[in-house]
Amino acid sequence: MGVERYKDKTMAESVATSEMNHEAAANDRVMFGFWVYLMTDLLMFAVLFAVYAVLHGNTEGGPGGSDLFSQPLALAETLILLTSSFTCGIGMIAARRGNKNQVLVWFGITFLLGLAFLSLELQEFAEFIREGHALSSNAFFSSFFVLVGTHGLHIISGLFWMFVTLVFVLVRGLNRHLVRKLALLSLFWHFLDIVWIFIFTIVYLMAYV
Amino acid sequence: MKEFLIGRLSMEALPHEWFTIGGSAFFGALILALVVILTVTKRWGWLWKEWLTSVDPKKIGIMYFIVAGFMLIARGGLEALMMWLQQALGSSDMPGFLGASHGYLSAEHFQQIFTAHGNIMVFFVAMGFIFGLINYIVPLQIGARDLASPFLNTLGFWLFVAGVVMVNMFFFVGGEYAATGWLAVAPLSGTEFSPGTGMDYLIWSLQISGIGTTLGAINFIMTILKMRAPGMTLWKMPAFTWGSLCSMIMAVTVFPLLTATLFLVFFDRYFDTHFFTTALGGNAMMYTNLIWMWGHPEVYILVLPAYGVFTEIVSTFSRKAIANYTSNIIGLIGVSLFALSVWLHHFFTMGAGADVNSFFGVMTIFIAIPTTVLVFTWIATMYKGRIRMTTPMLWFLGFIAVFTFGGVTGVMLAVPPVDFQFHNSLFLVAHFHSNVIGGVLFGVFAGISYWFPKIAGYRLNERLGRYAFWCWMIGFSLSFIPMYILGLMGATRRLDTYDASSGWQPFYVLMLIGGIIIAVGVALQLAQIIASVIQKRRLHDSTGDPWEGRTLEWAVPSPAPSYNFATIPQVTTRDAYWEMKKQGIPARKFEDIRMPKNTASGIYISIFAFLVGFALVWHINWLAIVSLIGAIVCVIARTFNDDTEYVVTAAEVEKMEETRMAKVRALHAEKDTGPDEDMGLLEFIKLVITWALNVIRTRRWRNQ
Repeated sequence: MGVERYKDKTMAESVATSEMNHEAAANDRVMFGFWVYLMTDLLMFAVLFAVYAVLHGNTEGGPGGSDLFSQPLALAETLILLTSSFTCGIGMIAARRGNKNQVLVWFGITFLLGLAFLSLELQEFAEFIREGHALSSNAFFSSFFVLVGTHGLHIISGLFWMFVTLVFVLVRGLNRHLVRKLALLSLFWHFLDIVWIFIFTIVYLMAYV
Repeated sequence: MKEFLIGRLSMEALPHEWFTIGGSAFFGALILALVVILTVTKRWGWLWKEWLTSVDPKKIGIMYFIVAGFMLIARGGLEALMMWLQQALGSSDMPGFLGASHGYLSAEHFQQIFTAHGNIMVFFVAMGFIFGLINYIVPLQIGARDLASPFLNTLGFWLFVAGVVMVNMFFFVGGEYAATGWLAVAPLSGTEFSPGTGMDYLIWSLQISGIGTTLGAINFIMTILKMRAPGMTLWKMPAFTWGSLCSMIMAVTVFPLLTATLFLVFFDRYFDTHFFTTALGGNAMMYTNLIWMWGHPEVYILVLPAYGVFTEIVSTFSRKAIANYTSNIIGLIGVSLFALSVWLHHFFTMGAGADVNSFFGVMTIFIAIPTTVLVFTWIATMYKGRIRMTTPMLWFLGFIAVFTFGGVTGVMLAVPPVDFQFHNSLFLVAHFHSNVIGGVLFGVFAGISYWFPKIAGYRLNERLGRYAFWCWMIGFSLSFIPMYILGLMGATRRLDTYDASSGWQPFYVLMLIGGIIIAVGVALQLAQIIASVIQKRRLHDSTGDPWEGRTLEWAVPSPAPSYNFATIPQVTTRDAYWEMKKQGIPARKFEDIRMPKNTASGIYISIFAFLVGFALVWHINWLAIVSLIGAIVCVIARTFNDDTEYVVTAAEVEKMEETRMAKVRALHAEKDTGPDEDMGLLEFIKLVITWALNVIRTRRWRNQ
């Protein structure tokens, strides 16, 4: 009887370790794959940046970037997004520690900051549209709206993803699947930050060069 | 209201020309036949559970083969013959018929055909076959049980299928395909010059299948880099896996460019943006640049795995390790690196200036160097080898001849001043067909006949395979050598009619004859498969290693079990299985195996993706939004589902292996009463006729 139990225990242990290995290997693969995905997304942005670089001067007599952009607004957007990356990082540390409440708090703050960024961006777009500009006005506006708008669309999907994940965290608690999901999400969020730095530089700052 | 509900759709969208009526009748009949067969044989559940929802890369690979083969015959190949027939009849002194002014196709219809031919052959035939091979073979070669993400793989496959359906959709709804040429250059692809839905069908079929390709490529990079058997370092990887890795890395590098570019074209058409328009600051030349940044590497994405296939074949059938493996692999890597910086040679005539043209001309000539290294390693592998002239080997030799021809003409075209003469001529068309048919398609045929025993459990009929090969070779020479000559004589590509005094007609007729011979070759390939099924007892492969192979895929039984390897092999050298056979195969130790569960999520997501595309073709905005939401919901449901695996216990694995062995032994013991050689053509025809007569007489499909 005692021997039996002993046997079972080692078996259970070996199953547990193999499961851990399996899990760790799977995590490793998924993280790597997500990096590759991020690179493909970055290449899509590269196309949009190249297109903007080619077309931004083609305003066909309409106003150009330096006539339209508000530097304080762009700076505010940048600071908000950078802060959100910071809070997202802290949330991730909490997730690794398995602290569910802190995860909810820090990712919640990240979510709100993302929302604030988005509303500023939409405000800017709305103002341009009120002034009578649109996607179809000229090549400059086409490339501006599509480049910045694609980033905005990524932010929207990131926020949506964050919302759904947090709901699952709330319902299911912090299991290892959700921690992995949060890790991917934070990668995605930092990635959007980097893309925004380039947008800030190339679109908003270089308009004045 | 009507516009809100159904967008641009109207009664006129229904088929009303002979080719759309014919097409929808053909596809309708096909679907009906499938439904009847499945219902009568009660196989719906089997089809759904065993195949459609399967995440086994081996089954997905076979499904890729079926779809790609179907597209090759029913669309791409048929269109090639239609074009050749038109051109053979298209001399200006001959009267047209079927309402066409020359030949039998109107100019518009002819344009749609060459556009569709290009799209289908590249996206849905070549890509399909290559992905099929990679799916089936790569996990086996690296000693893996599965892919890194089985779900991404089925999703990629089903997005590919959604693209296939989209490219055929105009037969049912719409009546036209794009008439722009396969890359749809701007501003021709804009609404101003292509207002119809054909161009939208092109955008969305390429977009959806292209996204599938990107996902599939990410998955294979993860798999190859992270899931190799213990001991298999990168420099011990089989050549086909290397070719696939290079190809997939290129795919993730350039397919995002295609996706972004197609989105921009779509914005131009849907939201009146000005990226590639002629008015309001758009830049049409930027489109040409962007699309070729994807388009040129694309042909290398197709050909790199084919190079790998040939390396495996020449090494196996020469009974030698690859001569200078390192050079061979560096050749593959070199091709992939150079391939990213040559795209501009497609438009030397655009006027980028001498400096830019020279750079890209020189880079293009450079790419011949790693390719030549590859060719020499193959030839050196044969040197002093014990060569067996099997059909895969024949395809390899045919490839060397045709591909070298295409390569040399490619170097000619790479010289900008020369290219100014050849640009848009039939010489160019003949050049790239030499490379894609000689390189990719021959590679696929070689690969399929080489790995068929692994896939089916019996090898293919060699005799009919040889006939098919020679039909292809002769037909290819007869259709493409005149094409080179015509190009030199000044014939431009994509002509549906030409002046009688040019004297070109005999060449076009020769090309048609060559095309018919190729078609006979395809028919023989089908006959080869059927004849092999009939004779499968005789062709049965009980060892799992019919060719005395060198790489790990031959270490597992044929066909491979769902978990590939009951015991994961330990790799110490290149040609791991060859080494294992020399050292003695280690005893098997069974262990628990985790396998992914089947899933239909890929199918659901692809259906929604298809609906998004279809809705945007017809401007049905509500449907696009609803379908997009549907797709997102499916993605969430799938990604938050934690219960995606099941465990096959060691005892179960052992039992499965035992049953399999017993089955193989039983098959082996069963005496085959047929003749002791592969069936010839006459015998095959006789057999088919007897069977058909028997069916008619007894009204029974099988003799009980």
